Amino acid sequence: MAILELSHLKKYYATQKAVDDVSFQIEPGQIFGLLGPNGAGKTTLLRMITGIFYPDEGSILFDGKKFDPENDIQKIGYMPEERGLYKKMKIGDQAMFLARLKGLSQSEARQKIKYWFERLEMQSWWDKKVEDLSKGMSQKLQFVITVLHEPKLIILDEPFSGLDPVNANLIKDQIFELARRGSTVIFSTHRMEQVEEICDQIALINLGKKVLDGKVADIRQQYKEHLYELKIDQPANQFAACDIFQPVNQTDNKMIVRINDPYTGNDLLRYFLDKNIQVFHFGEILPSLNEIFIRLVHGTNAVTRSFHNI
Amino acid sequence: MNKIYLVLKREFLSRVQKKTFLLVTIGLPVLIFAIYAAIFYFSVNSTSKTKILVVDNAGLFKDTIANAKDVVFEFTKGVSKPDLERKAKNKDIDGYVVVPAGATLDDKIDLITGSKIGIMTRQTITSAIQSRLEKLKMDALPVSKDLLKKAKTENTIDIVNVNDKNDSGAKAGVSYAVGIFCGILIYMILLLYGTSVMRGVMEEKVSRIAEIVVSSIKPFQLMMGKILGIGAVGLLQFLIWIVLGVGLKLLLIPILFPEATHMMAAGGVASTGSGAEMASVMQALSTINFPLIITMFFVYFLGGYFIYASLFAAIGCSVSDGQQDAQGLQLPITLPIIIGFVIMMQAVNNPTSGLAVFGSLFPLTSPIVMMARVTQGVPDAVSWWELALSIVLLFGSFIFTTWFAGKVYRTGILMYGKKPTWKELIKWAFRKN
Repeated sequence: MAILELSHLKKYYATQKAVDDVSFQIEPGQIFGLLGPNGAGKTTLLRMITGIFYPDEGSILFDGKKFDPENDIQKIGYMPEERGLYKKMKIGDQAMFLARLKGLSQSEARQKIKYWFERLEMQSWWDKKVEDLSKGMSQKLQFVITVLHEPKLIILDEPFSGLDPVNANLIKDQIFELARRGSTVIFSTHRMEQVEEICDQIALINLGKKVLDGKVADIRQQYKEHLYELKIDQPANQFAACDIFQPVNQTDNKMIVRINDPYTGNDLLRYFLDKNIQVFHFGEILPSLNEIFIRLVHGTNAVTRSFHNI
Repeated sequence: MNKIYLVLKREFLSRVQKKTFLLVTIGLPVLIFAIYAAIFYFSVNSTSKTKILVVDNAGLFKDTIANAKDVVFEFTKGVSKPDLERKAKNKDIDGYVVVPAGATLDDKIDLITGSKIGIMTRQTITSAIQSRLEKLKMDALPVSKDLLKKAKTENTIDIVNVNDKNDSGAKAGVSYAVGIFCGILIYMILLLYGTSVMRGVMEEKVSRIAEIVVSSIKPFQLMMGKILGIGAVGLLQFLIWIVLGVGLKLLLIPILFPEATHMMAAGGVASTGSGAEMASVMQALSTINFPLIITMFFVYFLGGYFIYASLFAAIGCSVSDGQQDAQGLQLPITLPIIIGFVIMMQAVNNPTSGLAVFGSLFPLTSPIVMMARVTQGVPDAVSWWELALSIVLLFGSFIFTTWFAGKVYRTGILMYGKKPTWKELIKWAFRKN
């Protein structure tokens, strides 16, 4: 059973359709990537899932039941893109306050915070103030606050922005660990390389509409352009287009070719083997999500949309 | 409810635990008290006396002009003009009057001053000379002194109200003072705590914590928690002030009392015996209905605070770039507070005028204006139905403004970008969801 099921979700503002008929579902334990250019409607969609906004139309099923923001919100951890903390408040008190807002009791909250602070090596921070933390440090603290009540659904909006590679990896490992222990993670971003690395499944949103969704591997297969990369023992520019393939790019002894229908990789390989040419390297090039993303979004007026004039 | 309490607690503790809290709470009244004490001290013990030399060549004044407050007259004869001018320039004297030989009581008198003399002192000098001349003229009349004295005695006029047998001048004065005091206090509360709520909301929005919090609780709960928390800080401050005030009164009044009486005598106010006057003030204080006033104070404090705090919260949540943006939106809210203050000053003098009645019913001004009226007595200055209607309107508006602010808050707290206008705020409030 899906942990979250959106069907025909709509949210219209006076001047634009922020979310326009979006449906998808997320299985428990998955890491789900919600992708889209700036202003695609991701944040609005997430705010509906977190109960901050009510959808104009459509329904949200959470854990098989109709989403009830009042109670279900306790089972969700949301780290918004625009995030901050009380600057003058001590970090321990701050974490306590936010944990208790999520419904944890005093002792539960204290115990969980201690656990997470130890895990991310933040024990010494308890009495510090947020204004004394660097951006990366406060990001870590925000992550802890988001996950410490052990939510079933964790929603992270651009969780790595502003993090150095070491801390980004630390957080990434925690995300994997949480998913392994059964939490579902929605991961919203426009940074594709992270998605490929982390997510099992994605949905791409543009101009408020869902453009595609599915497993990352399936999508890359679906959008492949039959490109192969070859490395041989001879200059590559001696091969011109033929029945089987057309060269796309030739430099030194490397070439990228597109295979014509209905030939396959084996036919290409056989072509060179028959000519008794040494093949050092042979491989299919699948499009990166980034390329698919740009191809799908390119040409729409995605960039010009802004969210400010509600 | 539990969530509101958590927000309230954070708000309250984060303010009260600050080092500046006790400093401000105790320091501020002490500072104000010290400033007043200093002003009082210097005005009473002022060493600068204005010295006027009277060169009475005609013997007109018969060597006496009663020394008035801060003015001393000295008499001499036959000093030459250049001498006088030199003295005035050297500040040996502040001014001089030359009465030429052969002058009569009806002649014009010229006062030549060496330095600038303030308007109050000028009046004191003129009236001192005037009254001395008047007395001399009277003495010259063919009437006996006894008759004159009899003509000049003042009749006592007592003002008695139908409802209140004890509406003495002292009581009117005391209730006037208490009225102004309560009015100003509420005025300050509305402005100080109101803007404090606004700044708190703005801080939450600008530091971007708001979205994290509203993903756990409803925006309305966040807003109410904040308003209640800051309100609780206000109540605690009052409690501290009341305790301090009572403590000071018990400790200091016995010490200060003799001095205060002495000061009043020195000021020339109490000619008929300051003890009696003080007693009548004390007696008037005891006839004021303090339980009613204190109850009403808290009713109007809470009602007014909630109305304004929620309006200020609505402004705080709708601006994104801090103080400057807020200023434009703030005006329509600070204006009624200031208007209330102006009407209050008018209402203490004339508590039953149309303006005062309007001001004490209109919920945006009633917390300030009604306090000034209530202190003058119910039902003399305010009828019971006016009071009841005013309270009903107050709490009706409180419910309305909280609802309004809650709706605006929902949209505003997560909105960044351009500053909205009041028209847009109202649109947000009436939009569904």
